[in-house]
Amino acid sequence: MSFNLLVIVCLLYVSLLFAVAFLAERRAEAGQGGWLRSPLVYTLSLSIYCTAWTFYGAVGYAARSGLEFVTIYLGPTLVFAGWLWIVRKLVRIGRRERVTSIADLISARYGKSNLLGVVVTVIAVAASTPYIALQLQSVTLSVAVFAADRPAGWALPDGGATAAWVAGGLALFTILFGTRNLDADERHHGVVTAIALEAVVKLLALLAVGIFTVWTVADGWADVYARIEASPVAEWPLRPGRWIGLTFVSAAAVLTLPRMFQVMVVENVDERHLTTAAWAFPAYLLLMSLFVLPIAVVGLERLPQGANPDLFVLTLPLAEGRGDLALLAFLGGFSSATSMVIVAAIALATMVSNHVVVPLWLSLRPAGARATGDVRGLVLLSRRLSIAAILGLGLLYYRLSGGSAALAAIGLIAFVGVAQILPAMIAGLFWRGATRVGAGLGLVTGFLIWLYTLFLPSFGADGILSAEIMANGPWDIGWLRPQALFGTAALDPLLHALFWSLGLNSLALITGSLLSFPGPVERIQALAFVRVFEGDRARRGWSQGGADAEELLTLAQGILGADEALAFFQAEAAFQGKAGFLPDTTPDFIEALERRLAGAVGAATAHAMVAQFTGAATVSAEELMAVASEAREIIEYSAEIEAKSAELARTARALGEANDKLRDLSVQKDAFLSQISHELRTPMTSIRAFSEILGDPDLPPDLRSRYTGVIREEAVRLTRLLDDLLDLAVLENRKLQMNVKAGNLHDLISRAVEAASNTRPERQMVVRRDLGAEFLPVFTDTDRLVQVFINLISNARKYCDAPDPELKIRARRKGGRIIVDFIDNGAGIPKKDQGLIFEKFARLTDTAKAGGAGLGLAICREIMVNLGGSIAYLPGQGGAAFRVTLPVRPQTSAGLEAADGPAPKETLS
Amino acid sequence: MRQPLFLARKSYRLRRLVDAARLLPFLGAFLFILPVFWRDPASGQSRTAPGAVFLFIAWAGLIAASALIARRLARTESGDPDGPGAPEERQG
Repeated sequence: MSFNLLVIVCLLYVSLLFAVAFLAERRAEAGQGGWLRSPLVYTLSLSIYCTAWTFYGAVGYAARSGLEFVTIYLGPTLVFAGWLWIVRKLVRIGRRERVTSIADLISARYGKSNLLGVVVTVIAVAASTPYIALQLQSVTLSVAVFAADRPAGWALPDGGATAAWVAGGLALFTILFGTRNLDADERHHGVVTAIALEAVVKLLALLAVGIFTVWTVADGWADVYARIEASPVAEWPLRPGRWIGLTFVSAAAVLTLPRMFQVMVVENVDERHLTTAAWAFPAYLLLMSLFVLPIAVVGLERLPQGANPDLFVLTLPLAEGRGDLALLAFLGGFSSATSMVIVAAIALATMVSNHVVVPLWLSLRPAGARATGDVRGLVLLSRRLSIAAILGLGLLYYRLSGGSAALAAIGLIAFVGVAQILPAMIAGLFWRGATRVGAGLGLVTGFLIWLYTLFLPSFGADGILSAEIMANGPWDIGWLRPQALFGTAALDPLLHALFWSLGLNSLALITGSLLSFPGPVERIQALAFVRVFEGDRARRGWSQGGADAEELLTLAQGILGADEALAFFQAEAAFQGKAGFLPDTTPDFIEALERRLAGAVGAATAHAMVAQFTGAATVSAEELMAVASEAREIIEYSAEIEAKSAELARTARALGEANDKLRDLSVQKDAFLSQISHELRTPMTSIRAFSEILGDPDLPPDLRSRYTGVIREEAVRLTRLLDDLLDLAVLENRKLQMNVKAGNLHDLISRAVEAASNTRPERQMVVRRDLGAEFLPVFTDTDRLVQVFINLISNARKYCDAPDPELKIRARRKGGRIIVDFIDNGAGIPKKDQGLIFEKFARLTDTAKAGGAGLGLAICREIMVNLGGSIAYLPGQGGAAFRVTLPVRPQTSAGLEAADGPAPKETLS
Repeated sequence: MRQPLFLARKSYRLRRLVDAARLLPFLGAFLFILPVFWRDPASGQSRTAPGAVFLFIAWAGLIAASALIARRLARTESGDPDGPGAPEERQG
């Protein structure tokens, strides 16, 4: 078995993973998720439970302790067999509250308290870092097995170097595919698909080695049975305490390990997948453990005394001369290690960034300043750095512990560590009375006891705790001995730590909850979590209106990105029965927004950010809640009436809006009629006056030609006005003859910029364009489209009131549509006028300055409707901003189906 | 919440199916603990091989039962807007 071959195969395998992840991302982006969202992929992704520690270590465990290894798989089996109890509730809450991590779950449940999020993050990082180190160690050890027969020299890989390479590669993969997007709604399809593939590889590898062991090395099951009977582990004392304790710990861990929570809850795309995972995941675990005992027993028998049983999966096929099988086993172990590290790094980075970095950044800014701007970039950057930092920590831990035996025991130690989150989680799901104070006390108590009784002693005698303390307790107080608190020396160290940490953790949780009084947000959240299956009516918003929708939009854009935020605001506005991008800031809307933001930055941060805008409502909320909770029973009964009145309010709002618009339009129409009379009359008057003068035969020829010129100019102005009106009439009646041509968007925009440059040519306006993005083919009436562009650019030139006017033109293709945004840096259009600018004769400034009849944008809108697209005002872009949308291909009957605006059908005759 | 006293046969079956699914982990825990208490009369020790055989059979049986129930639930669930188990969680 050549070492170089191993390296090549390894590199090929890694490239395959990158390719698979890349393709999956591409498919998901194109909306062809199909099989990526199947229950099978979900089940396979759950298998990151089986790390390298279980892949290699289970056999070692079986060789040392017989059947006990199986407890690690029995716990998760029981949890998933009973999925209706906990897992389903977790997944439902995770989806409804847009939970981003287990720290976020605990924080959201207990009143969106960031402090609890920080505590859970600390526990998770403390427990997972050594675990990541363990994975690096397993890869290093397995590489060393293949390198063992090489002559010592330059080529002999240094263990530390291998670990560093692996950690670096994993950091790259995780950053590439784990931090592409922010919202939990857009899951990590690439990562999930890659780990599903790795799940298949590790299962096949272990099955192959197992089948080889049972039917080639041994002679079938009967023979294996006999060999087990004859082996050193034939009669192994099963200790009931350890058996039950380990099963319990593994059941707790499958719920609370950050990486399990990530794949089970955060990455879940469909709750119905649970009906498959409920039996398929236990079946996967069964297959993973089926051959463990045979491999261990045959390994003990065949391999020389003193061979490391942790590596039997590799060394047994090697010893039997099956290099290919050993290579497959190596890939299996490699898969187990890498998939665990990738998902753990994503989960931990999300926690660190959402609960530590972003809140810290928010609190460091000057008081009173509101968080807007590009939070998104900050969050992504902090996640990337966190991933690198977490892998760096794992590597550091590996270097410091020197791959000691202590590391091998860390798997179970980590399990007990994360199990400290279990009481807060279970109480949060089932007991409304559990409070933030209780949960915090429980978590901290459990974590400290775990540190003292299990984690610190794991560094060995004289590691961190001196042998003196281990034997006699600190200050010679025997009752405080780390592994025999209060004299409980009869328990084995692991059970001892489990018993005391979880016991006191639960006790603190219960006592703290019984004695403290929850705040309003906490009580709302408690109800929403405990009764998650009872629909929305348990939840009533309390936040006051008064927030400005445009400010909120700016905030949301900073976090979700402009497109996402605009789409969300538009949908919410449509839900309220309003057109445009700005919904009313009702409590329902604020709550929906907060939940949406929570999907990106976690519940606590989202709540704090939105609260900056909703303002002082929190003070009175306390009293409000006290009354409200007394009257809750009544409120529940009136929920139906409320729903109806909400419906009525929505209709009324739409009606009111339509009414306002009609009134404005009527005023405008009157104004227009007088204006159009004026506009027609002025040139008419001068034409009449000058033609009368021309009638004078004594007029000198130079004056005659000058007056003729004036008459012609006035006639041209008159004609242009009438042309515009006729054009509009044609457009509104959808009688436009479309002259569809292929064009390049870049050329069209260039034409428009050129043509518009003689509007107020004395003004210098900088036009910023993204030339690369503009090269998009369009099939449409290009002349008409250019007309729209010219109008928008001219408008910017005319009205942008910034000292250094600047116009940004952004073009891109999204779905089957092309979107072009025109954004200037002026004052923008006041909110009250945004609904009117596309109406005929609307003009915001005085006539003289504009020099037109106010038909430009009305014509633009009609053109876009005729082209099957639309034009809209984009609020919250820091200036006047217009978005032109058109289909990539012209629709047949475009005029008919795209008539979305309230386009009046009457002609102006 | 008022709950009806009598249910249609179909909803009654569905609820019992949910009961079965919820009780399954307890059956599993019972089966998984059993081999710990077995001792060989000759040596007074527990024997690994028969324990393993029993465990894996019990395990496979549990998975099969879970698959049966879960698949049937998934089939009926589409007709029930509350999802399985919802009625049980309401407090009267």
